[in-house]
Amino acid sequence: MSEVIVITSGKGGVGKSTTTANLGVGLAMRGKKVVLIDTDTGLRNLDLLLGLENRIMYDLIDVVEGRVEIKKALVRHKKYENLQLLPTSQVKDKSAVNPADLMVLCDELRKEYDFVLIDCPAGIEQGFQTAIAGADTAIVVTMPEVSAVRDADKIIGELGRSEKDNIKLIINRIRPAMVDSGEMMDMDDINDILAIKCIGQVPDDIKVVTSANRGEPVVGDSDSQAGKAYENIVGRLLGEDIPFMEFEKEGFFKKLMKAFKFSKD
Amino acid sequence: MLDSLKRIFSHESSGKVAKKRLQMVLIQDRASVSPEVMEKLRDDIIQVISKYMIIDKTDMEISLENVDDSVALVANIPVHTMRHQK
Repeated sequence: MSEVIVITSGKGGVGKSTTTANLGVGLAMRGKKVVLIDTDTGLRNLDLLLGLENRIMYDLIDVVEGRVEIKKALVRHKKYENLQLLPTSQVKDKSAVNPADLMVLCDELRKEYDFVLIDCPAGIEQGFQTAIAGADTAIVVTMPEVSAVRDADKIIGELGRSEKDNIKLIINRIRPAMVDSGEMMDMDDINDILAIKCIGQVPDDIKVVTSANRGEPVVGDSDSQAGKAYENIVGRLLGEDIPFMEFEKEGFFKKLMKAFKFSKD
Repeated sequence: MLDSLKRIFSHESSGKVAKKRLQMVLIQDRASVSPEVMEKLRDDIIQVISKYMIIDKTDMEISLENVDDSVALVANIPVHTMRHQK
């Protein structure tokens, strides 16, 4: 059974594309056939996060306007052959695709792939309506900051109005030290506020930035807390019962080691 | 100055403040209670209460609040004097 999942957030900059890239690679590492669709037309980035920016020949707009077949537009991942990307156009705008186009496309891809992940643009305008049209499940990405949580609530409301009732939450960029000192909301706080099933909490991790710099999502990196968190989310998407991780605290000793460069991270 | 002193002596962490503020603002967002609607509600309440007592309109506060798992309309209306009942 294949599943179409849209990754959305409302607010920009909370990590939708990063989440899409990591879940896509993570699912492919587990042997699943995965296709990622970038619907952030005009602001495409998923190609860059996956290191595929130099391989793009055609895009989503070419496909929906019938210039090329889907298969021709898909870009195969260098390392994981069962992972494909359908990039979007960097020059057109979001009105170039409509919800009906996406529904047709998703139904077509569903036949061949185990997972279709759709990277949604920020906002609640037409681009959002298009991105969610063909999805069975929505993953809402938020951050423990007031504006991101409020926008997530708005998105959850909009999803409900569009009869997308299978909604899951990922809390990104948690800073454990701030949570410990009470200066940041934790998963339970955000659960209380949004009342949506949380399938992952991802700590703020410099490796997310450094791996994006190289175009290699962090999910396979066992030294990275965020990488581990994404692996856990992938497992939960596959129906595994994985407990939420305790974040590593950077204690005095580790800081001292770091100061003398004895520690590799 | 007063603000920073208040912050030092109030024991509430910013994480807790964030949660409370969000719970408040989301009640309005979800119920789509716009400031205009709250303003109309306020005017109607003033009208009704004014039949029975003289109230201080400038110092009155009306808000929707989250009490445990339910929503409450909380009003704080200073009463100036009671009107004589006819």
